[in-house]
Amino acid sequence: MSDIHLDIKQVDKIYGTANSAVHAVKGLSMAVRRGEITSLLGASGCGKTSTLRMIAGFETVSKGTIKLGGKVLNDLRPVKRNVAMAFEGYSLYPPLTIRDNIAFALKASKLSAKDISDKVHTMADMLEITDILDKHPSSVSGGQQQRASLGRALIRDADLHLLDEPMGQLEPQLRALLRGRIKHYIKENGITAILVTHDQAEANALSDRIAVMEGGYLQQFESPQRLKDQPANLFTGTFVGEPPMNTFSASVDKESDKVRFDLDHGVSLSFDVTDFSADVIEAALALKSVVIGVRPYAIKRDDDGMKATVVANHWLGDQSHIAATLAGQSVILVEHDRAPDKAGDDIFIKLDPDNIHVFNRETGYAVSHGAEIVG
Amino acid sequence: MEHQSKLETVLRGIALLLVVVFFMFPIFWIFLMSLQTNETILRVPPSINFEPTLSNYRALITGKLETSAASLEINFLQNLWNSVFLSVASVSLALLLGVPAAYAFARHKFKGSEDIAFTLLSFRFAPPLLVLLPLSLYFQKMGLADTYLGLIWVYQLICLPLILWIVRGYFEDISPDIEYAYRVAGHSWFSTFRKIALPLAGPGIAAAGLLAFIFAWNNFIFALVLASADKQPVTVGALAFITASGIQYGQIAAAIVMSIAPTLALALYAQKYLVEGLSLGAVKG
Repeated sequence: MSDIHLDIKQVDKIYGTANSAVHAVKGLSMAVRRGEITSLLGASGCGKTSTLRMIAGFETVSKGTIKLGGKVLNDLRPVKRNVAMAFEGYSLYPPLTIRDNIAFALKASKLSAKDISDKVHTMADMLEITDILDKHPSSVSGGQQQRASLGRALIRDADLHLLDEPMGQLEPQLRALLRGRIKHYIKENGITAILVTHDQAEANALSDRIAVMEGGYLQQFESPQRLKDQPANLFTGTFVGEPPMNTFSASVDKESDKVRFDLDHGVSLSFDVTDFSADVIEAALALKSVVIGVRPYAIKRDDDGMKATVVANHWLGDQSHIAATLAGQSVILVEHDRAPDKAGDDIFIKLDPDNIHVFNRETGYAVSHGAEIVG
Repeated sequence: MEHQSKLETVLRGIALLLVVVFFMFPIFWIFLMSLQTNETILRVPPSINFEPTLSNYRALITGKLETSAASLEINFLQNLWNSVFLSVASVSLALLLGVPAAYAFARHKFKGSEDIAFTLLSFRFAPPLLVLLPLSLYFQKMGLADTYLGLIWVYQLICLPLILWIVRGYFEDISPDIEYAYRVAGHSWFSTFRKIALPLAGPGIAAAGLLAFIFAWNNFIFALVLASADKQPVTVGALAFITASGIQYGQIAAAIVMSIAPTLALALYAQKYLVEGLSLGAVKG
């Protein structure tokens, strides 16, 4: 594709020496389009920050190539890359005021003092930090420093903007407000941005596509919706989504016009063969042993369903999270009405074949999503 | 602060006074001695009733030492100048070499970096007398004995490890991300070092420099062995007051007052940095 802006090919990052090596990033390949907002999502130590720092030039690339706008970055010093970055630890210059910190990178440009001042004010308005512009970093809160650091990065006219946990320190309300504004600003200015976060809500709200990372590997690189609907493997399935996907290990069998999933804990789920495509049934039967996954909001109540016992029921103000045990295994349901069930109550639940994800138990790869087989 | 009763305040005041007297009395007594003649100093019992005289200071400044037996030439002012020159030059050179080295050790972990840093520190472990004999032989062969250059070089054994290790801690305390943020905004590593790292480590560098200055100023043994009279600092020059006709206590006291004056002035001027600098490095996590 011609609109590929950042092209990462087979990149590895190995820290340390041969006898105490830490392999932080393994064979990472991903292509980011111009003007796209991409999130690197994963738990601590998954390699997302290492990836960001390799792009910025603070870490060397152990293997592979990183190209930005067609130019190979690997051996280019940070100063030559024209990349802007907001740091997780803010990293504002202590002797400068917030205003000067934000304006700093613009001073080297050819903009007039008035243009710089206007830009700084627009940025400060957007980030709600106008009132602290003349203070020094040490005298403002962490959240304010973080916004100043974000402003310092966003204000630059760079080829790529790297944002490392840019809103981690902010109050939830402010975070929700700023997400909208920042996304609008990024899109309006045609900025290509890579965001590192472990906050799914932030990744979902801001990103065009999310790269889920785990153990140094890229697990899946997709739009937020497709990540949820079609997880490529068991890791993405259980990592993306709050509360996480319910999973059950099961063996698969077919009897005349029924497909049966015998859960390890003794319960059987029986479906008509017509509920799935022939390919799905064939693939599942070939594996014999699978993991099935169901999102908490896709589990429905049905008087003819399986019996589960409620362990806890929490009303979060807009949805109920019900934890229950099904044949000794825990299962979580999400309902949008306030559920009356108490701990110890029996409920009857049903899994809808359209919402069942089947995974290969051995490899973890997805076999099917609902009736559709994974190509 | 918690509330203190009057008694506690008084007791605390007395305790502080005792400490001050304990530490300041010798200096105060030396100051009094410097204003007396040898006769009044040595009378028994000692008394603070005396007629003050500036003769000791006059002797130091004019370079003529009148004893009961004879008149001696001393070059105390030359010694003082030597001390100033040697200390300033040594500390300047140590800062010039040590600060970039400290930055390198703090920021770049390369193979053997810890070993090199530790070797430099280990110069402080060896007793000076142990290295002096071979060193003086080498210096005589190389023509460095009795030269300012040779002394400044040897003084690096005192100053360089001190500066290197203290300043390194300061650089390590600065988040590397602040420097990355500057570099990513289009600056070379050298301008990052100058514009970001150096100013941020400023108090630490000042504190280390001051400490090194005091250590260099107080050094005695290197200059005693490696330099002759016209290159010796005050610490060694004071030996001239032990004369054939007795020890000139009055002049020694005056020499002490004059020789601690520069370091005292410097320490008072920089004391804010010194305390801030040394404690910040210790407290910062």
